[in-house]
Amino acid sequence: MSAPTGAPRKTPLFDAHKQLGAKVIDFGGWLMPVNYPAGILEEHRATRQAVGVFDVSHMGEIHFRGSRAAEAVQRLVTNDVSKLADGRAMYTVACNPRGGIVDDLIVYRVQADHFLIVVNAANIAKDRGHFHDSVGSWCDIQDASDDTALISFQGPKAEAALQALTPAVLAALKPFQFLADTQVVGRPAWIARTGYTGEDGFEIFCATADAVPLWTALVDVAGSVGGLPVGLGARDTLRLEARLSLYGNDLDDDTTPLEAGLGWVVKFDAGDFIGKDALLAQRRDGLIRKLAGFVMIERGIPRHGYAILEQLPAGADGKVGQVTSGTVGPTVGKNIGLGYVPTTLAPPGTRFYVDCRGKPALAEVVKGPFYKRDATAINPP
Amino acid sequence: MSDDNFPGDLLYTEDHEWARIEGNLATIGVTQFAVEQLGDVTQVDLPKEGELLKLRDAFGTVESVKAVSDLFAPLSGKVVKVNSPLTDSPEYVSEDPYDGGWMIQIEMSTPDEAKKLMDATAYEAFLKDQET
Repeated sequence: MSAPTGAPRKTPLFDAHKQLGAKVIDFGGWLMPVNYPAGILEEHRATRQAVGVFDVSHMGEIHFRGSRAAEAVQRLVTNDVSKLADGRAMYTVACNPRGGIVDDLIVYRVQADHFLIVVNAANIAKDRGHFHDSVGSWCDIQDASDDTALISFQGPKAEAALQALTPAVLAALKPFQFLADTQVVGRPAWIARTGYTGEDGFEIFCATADAVPLWTALVDVAGSVGGLPVGLGARDTLRLEARLSLYGNDLDDDTTPLEAGLGWVVKFDAGDFIGKDALLAQRRDGLIRKLAGFVMIERGIPRHGYAILEQLPAGADGKVGQVTSGTVGPTVGKNIGLGYVPTTLAPPGTRFYVDCRGKPALAEVVKGPFYKRDATAINPP
Repeated sequence: MSDDNFPGDLLYTEDHEWARIEGNLATIGVTQFAVEQLGDVTQVDLPKEGELLKLRDAFGTVESVKAVSDLFAPLSGKVVKVNSPLTDSPEYVSEDPYDGGWMIQIEMSTPDEAKKLMDATAYEAFLKDQET
């Protein structure tokens, strides 16, 4: 993660977090709640069983407007932007010319000549620069991050709880659809059916000035159904159980979407996006390493930066890979992680060792998400 | 914080361990403050009985959901007992740090080292200093 300069920044909800008794940490240059008094495990459970409310206002919102907006966005991202209709969003990455990931993003098509890209907090300045340098002359690019608050509302009870606060018909909103220009507690807001927890849920965009009343109403309504405000600690355990990547850990400027298991967001037919040639060459030549998801077989909690060893005794050159994310998986009941390994060690069922501070512990590669919600139970047809 | 958080019969370190001294034996754990900083404890790794510890040796680790922390020996000596239930029930550390969450008991080799540890009043003053 790039080193932030100057004093850490606060979201418009900083005081609200303090009032709720949050433990606040400096996260990539932002003072953010890591957990509230309930603690990470309770917050995790509340999100899986009811609803969790997350302040993600530190994330960036960059608007693209003009007749060439779609063309500009397509030049930047690997997914096929032409597949988006108005009110639809998609997950994608932006690459550098080497195929490395500049950032992972959600692109929202508001209308044919207006797109919104939501970017990671630590990357706002980098992305803005990259976007301007690459397509700045094609359309109007406006960074609205400072004027926009973002609250995530996630869990099986999210739809019912949020419906009490908005005239929008949430049952009609499908995953990755969004409504611009609706309201929540009478304040102008956008509602998107997106999230980062593996649960059904919504992300609510509003003006910075409206953030506190929206947050308060959302925390109150969540509380009425057994939900909680949730900090970054449980946000990490939730996203990792759902095997969602975290930029700066699992993705960076030197990893490609093909290595990261994000080949499904790379559409080579979509257009002439930045990084396409490098990714085509990598696909032709084959991958040397891949991001593998693994569960611990032996006792040990994998952590970012731990070495992956092919066998024991490992010897001086025994390190074949590195853990990029790892945690206790409260819902899956196992210790889980992600890490880059040689492709020969990436197939499900392969076993290797994770060096947990000098104590190697056996791990096994698994396929797909560690946790998958029962979608039929949550969204009856 | 109330006296309940830092019992008066214990001695404390700047690394947030406590020691309960009874004769030549010292029982060791981590303080309520440490527990609050760590959050939910999910794994505890402790030394084996018979291991020799020098003052300030890292004798084990305590892991919460979000981080791993070293445990430092507040006193020198030989490990004579280990609270092995913590292997399967690390939550005892969070729930009951001064009783069920004790970690090891040592036979002190240099009992004078205890004179350098803080009493409850000094430890609370130390915590207050840290805050400002």
